[in-house]
Amino acid sequence: MAPLISFRGVGKVFPSGRGEGVRAVDGVDLDVEDGEIIGVIGHSGAGKSTLVRMINALELPTTGTVTVGDRVTGSLGERELRELRGEVGMIFQQFNLFSSRSVSGNVGYPLRVAGRPREQRRERVAELLDFVGIGEKARQYPAQLSGGQKQRVGIARALATSPRILLADEATSALDPETTKDVLALLKRINRELGTTIVVITHEMDVVSSICDTVAVMESGRVIERGPVYDVFSAPREPATRRFVHSVLHDRPSEETLARLREHFPGRIVTVAVRDDPAVRGAVSRVIAGHDVRGTIVYGGIRELAEKPFGSITFELTGDDPAVDALVAELRTHTHVEELVQEVPS
Amino acid sequence: MTDWATLSPVLWLSFQQTVYMVFWTMLIAGALGLVLGVALYATRRGGLLQNGPLFGLLNVLVNIVRPIPFIIFITAIGPLTLLVMGTTIGTQSVLFPMSAMATFVIGRIVEQNLVSVDPGVIEAARAMGASRFRIIWSVLIPEALGPLILGYTFIFIGVVDMSAMAGYVGGGGLGDFAISYGYQQFDWTVTLVTVVIIVLIVQLAQLIGNWLARKALRR
Repeated sequence: MAPLISFRGVGKVFPSGRGEGVRAVDGVDLDVEDGEIIGVIGHSGAGKSTLVRMINALELPTTGTVTVGDRVTGSLGERELRELRGEVGMIFQQFNLFSSRSVSGNVGYPLRVAGRPREQRRERVAELLDFVGIGEKARQYPAQLSGGQKQRVGIARALATSPRILLADEATSALDPETTKDVLALLKRINRELGTTIVVITHEMDVVSSICDTVAVMESGRVIERGPVYDVFSAPREPATRRFVHSVLHDRPSEETLARLREHFPGRIVTVAVRDDPAVRGAVSRVIAGHDVRGTIVYGGIRELAEKPFGSITFELTGDDPAVDALVAELRTHTHVEELVQEVPS
Repeated sequence: MTDWATLSPVLWLSFQQTVYMVFWTMLIAGALGLVLGVALYATRRGGLLQNGPLFGLLNVLVNIVRPIPFIIFITAIGPLTLLVMGTTIGTQSVLFPMSAMATFVIGRIVEQNLVSVDPGVIEAARAMGASRFRIIWSVLIPEALGPLILGYTFIFIGVVDMSAMAGYVGGGGLGDFAISYGYQQFDWTVTLVTVVIIVLIVQLAQLIGNWLARKALRR
């Protein structure tokens, strides 16, 4: 099946005062399949927003083509553009609600644009507000709502015309952790129940790990890595991806933490990776018990990534050097093990 | 002593003339100024209807007209007034210079208020497929309504001021009354009474403006 969205050789240059302009997106080839949730990650200024705004033609590519369904975004007339945008909903970090309209006025606006009759609009708005769980707020104004409620209004508004695609631009970055969880659960539900393809721009690991199926990593306008979330995060190929993963996962002690650990734990310190295979964790305990070595947990964490366990545990191993060597060797037959060697002060 | 028995009907007529000049100027220049302000906002760089040459032209035009003292502006565009209104004398004829000047002033104030609308909201409307003109009348203006009302209230006071000067060159009204029956007759009471009436008109307008803006702001 053809992908729902495809970028082919896409570049975008913004004209600047003088010189050759700013190259925000550079030679991107990317496919988004129908029904998936894809996360676009990368540091700020990497071109994520510009890339995603090409899907609903808020930005047009300078070079290459962006195809959404069977439409090429660069060649649309006013009417086709409106149709495309009816099929692509968008939510924003700052919600961007119309402060002059009530909650139902906000949600009903895209239906007005689409020319739906009044009665149909009223029914659809009520249905949407119930779906996002704020049915009782219909008459209130955005200024009276909390951040989480505002984003629910934003989501209801984005879904009004039953779009096939939902773009989420840092949609949870302005929310507290608890509200973020609720909003992410709602996005996941939209994807499952309505089959909406969701493109999520984020710099938050939780967003990627809890809802995305695939992830595209951007750096300096390029997509440098793309694949299933678990694969990209557990075995990043590009140094930039690796840096990003470690900076958000905190899955191994930093240099400073390690130095503090060594003050209390003089033994050899190893980090053991915990991956998808459920047998690994049992094996680690068994192997440590089978040697004449004392293993103390000093650091680590295991979280869920794409609904699979992912993380690492750092142990202090105390015992004879040959015994520790043998233990590490046996652990290596089960999973990835890294010994954090103390740098000898010179 | 001031002869109020004689002056009262004149004062009443002057009051009506002032109301007439201010009302029509606000209506005509309010509408044209809104169009001009929207045009200035939308044609600027990165605007909804980006058009460099048109923006440049409007911008320069506003900058040329606005600093001209109104009393000089009235006489300077006399020939044009004659052409459009058929006369340069009377309350009706001053509507032309008043509306012209007020349009430029209102245009600038409208532009400034529209610029303060969150661009994210405009982007959201674009993402929903709203056309540029629909965005202007159904998002931009409603979102800026509170500040716009305050802007128009501010202008109202300026127009009352203008009407006084227009009176001096043949438009009648309270300004003319204060000059003719107060200043030139050395009757400070008449001047003072006229000032009080003008202050009351302005106060009333400000009260109504504040009240409407508060209702529009939804905060």
